[in-house]
Amino acid sequence: MDTLDQTLTPHTNSELDLTAVDEIVARHQNERGALIPVLQAVQSHYGYIPPEAAARVAEGLKVYPSKIYGVMTFYTQFYLKPKGKNRVMVCCGTACHVKGSDRVTRRVLDEIKLSDGEDTTEDRFFTIEQVACIGACSIAPVVVVNDKVHGKMTPDKTMRELRKISEAADE
Amino acid sequence: MSSSPKSISISVCMGTGGIAAGGAEVMEAFESELARRGLRAKLQENCTAHKVGCRGFCARDVLVDVVVDGQRATYEYVQADMVSRIVEEHIIGGAPVEKWFAGPEYEAFHVGQTKVVLSDCGSINPEDIDAYLAVDGYTAIQKILCEMWPEEVITEIKDSGLRGRGGAGFPTGLKWSFAAMAKGDEKYIICNADEGDPGAFMDRSIVEGNPHALIEGMSIAGYAIGANLGYVYIRAEYPLAVQRLAHAIEQARQREFLGKNIRNADFDFDIRIKQGAGAFVCGEETALIASIEGGRGMPRPKPPFPTHRGLWGKPTVINNVETLANLPYIIRKGPQWFASLGSEKSKGTKVFALTGKVRNTGLIEVPMGIALKEIIYGIGGGIEGGRQFKAVQTGGPSGGCIPTELLDTAVDYESLAQVGAIMGSGGMVVMDEDNCMVEMARYFLHFTQEESCGKCVPCRVGTKRMLEILERIVAGRGELGDVELLLDLGEDVKAASLCGLGQTAPNPVISTIRYFREEYDAHIVQKRCPAGVCKALFEYQVVEPLCKLCSLCVRKCPVGAIEGGKKKLAKIKDRKCVKCGICIEVCPFDAITQVDIHETAEV
Repeated sequence: MDTLDQTLTPHTNSELDLTAVDEIVARHQNERGALIPVLQAVQSHYGYIPPEAAARVAEGLKVYPSKIYGVMTFYTQFYLKPKGKNRVMVCCGTACHVKGSDRVTRRVLDEIKLSDGEDTTEDRFFTIEQVACIGACSIAPVVVVNDKVHGKMTPDKTMRELRKISEAADE
Repeated sequence: MSSSPKSISISVCMGTGGIAAGGAEVMEAFESELARRGLRAKLQENCTAHKVGCRGFCARDVLVDVVVDGQRATYEYVQADMVSRIVEEHIIGGAPVEKWFAGPEYEAFHVGQTKVVLSDCGSINPEDIDAYLAVDGYTAIQKILCEMWPEEVITEIKDSGLRGRGGAGFPTGLKWSFAAMAKGDEKYIICNADEGDPGAFMDRSIVEGNPHALIEGMSIAGYAIGANLGYVYIRAEYPLAVQRLAHAIEQARQREFLGKNIRNADFDFDIRIKQGAGAFVCGEETALIASIEGGRGMPRPKPPFPTHRGLWGKPTVINNVETLANLPYIIRKGPQWFASLGSEKSKGTKVFALTGKVRNTGLIEVPMGIALKEIIYGIGGGIEGGRQFKAVQTGGPSGGCIPTELLDTAVDYESLAQVGAIMGSGGMVVMDEDNCMVEMARYFLHFTQEESCGKCVPCRVGTKRMLEILERIVAGRGELGDVELLLDLGEDVKAASLCGLGQTAPNPVISTIRYFREEYDAHIVQKRCPAGVCKALFEYQVVEPLCKLCSLCVRKCPVGAIEGGKKKLAKIKDRKCVKCGICIEVCPFDAITQVDIHETAEV
């Protein structure tokens, strides 16, 4: 787990363009309870929440950095590190679990190597996440690859989808 | 051309399930076929192809209804490449492609259902306000604005007997009356669409399939308690639902069903969407409020209840999606009609997400009081693949498992609570003999333990300790006395936790111990998993007489745990084996079997 310092202190020499953060903050300036929507918008712009951006949000909304850190780490939706180019979510909801989603997960993790405690490959090509229910239980087990929902998945079918992506990138 | 159709209406299921099965491609194929063959140009507005929300029977998607001159036919498993034949033979030729018709299961799936909330879901286009208006949409809000005082609306809802569909079953009218009486210059309605239960998708389907019913329901609730602003707190994991709801709100504003002086009455109401950020505990009322206010979603002690001190400290009513979507129908058809459905204490219908090992999975709506058996064997069509039923789980991580001998239990709030489960928001997961109940208990507790917000000790520490014990048991390291310890801890966590998450977290464990104690004992005493699920308790062996030396397993094993070759018997190296089961699947001769560890130890 990153410390508060690492998460909110801007890296030196960073040239991250923060105008987007300023715009987002300005849009939500007078809104009550704006912190979460602002963080969501920041994340959708950068793909994650860079420490510099979090610090800028703190300044802009006049909230303590510690509160922002608290919120960011409380909700699973917020990422403090950049994600891979391709997002793979294996659903681990009850219906998927009962229908063998763990076999899918294990197969994916066997073939796509991740370092301990990481969910993204070193080359940032894949991010593999296990998520709680995505609500498509009647076609369980479900795997979401880059926002497209695939139902009735098997380990083989899942790997075929992932290979398609790798091959398309190689070409 | 044998006949020339005068009107054509095609509806393609495009809920999340339908889209995953290829609904968008099917829709596109119909559009281009209708245009290509000149039908669109010829019939103009009498030729429509529209998307509809979830029709329930997701297992057979893509479902397509084709209505030619009033004659309806339903096709199942439709794919884009089938469309041209349907258009050519059925629509133009007048001879439906019968072999692609929805089978008798489709009929059986619907016959036991009673649809109220879902009555328009799956038949109207969710992205078109006119489609909702055509089925009497927004007449309920107009009726109450013209004819009824807020107190009268509350009385109607009280009379209908509607209870909260989020799980706890609190009478909706009563909750409203508290907020209506509470003092406050501003009041709020919050729609809880943070459907976090794994194994449930009722709310998603309603929002995707009929968002205007939710909007109308929220306006009715707003009028009744005197609120001018409503929030929909919805999971960000449901992008399609968020998008359709936002679209519907915009349309409702344009047509003055939302905004200032709705339909020229002295009532302002508007709705804002707040996207949740992924925290199960935010389904709890006070945590949800904390999250909308922009902080960590942590619950606080009650009282004061949100009906007195809710959002921004103002009186607030929080209702679930299904509760709110019921309201327009209750107002239109009257409280007596609603109260005539269901059982004595639980009125109306309930939507369930029927999933797991049942043949017909999907979204269903049944009258309260129906027996579980009727749902699983009637609508659900029994267990997949002729396997043996073991249990049905209701209420998700807060609920319990119900065994075969209790399948006559009626589905209502009281009866389910009596057998140690809960109604919950509507997840209903069926399990068969291949599911291990100890492992299921571990699964649910793993979920709640991760989702515990950490504020109160009984939940934070108690669920952790319980999970450790369960993990030990499934790993074959269970000890005598573990079951008693689990029960003891479970009672404490239930009694002492701050909010509903902790108060119900032990339910899956307690109910599985109650009905499947022998499975716990098998794990602990014999170190055996009767369902053959717990990996630490079995291993794979090659049945030598059956092995034909094909070496397929050797090649397919992802971790290289099988030795052997064209002339050498396959042999599994236990230390490398990760028990993925691929070798069993690929072996054409069934020469690999799974055996309990304790049996091999005895040999």
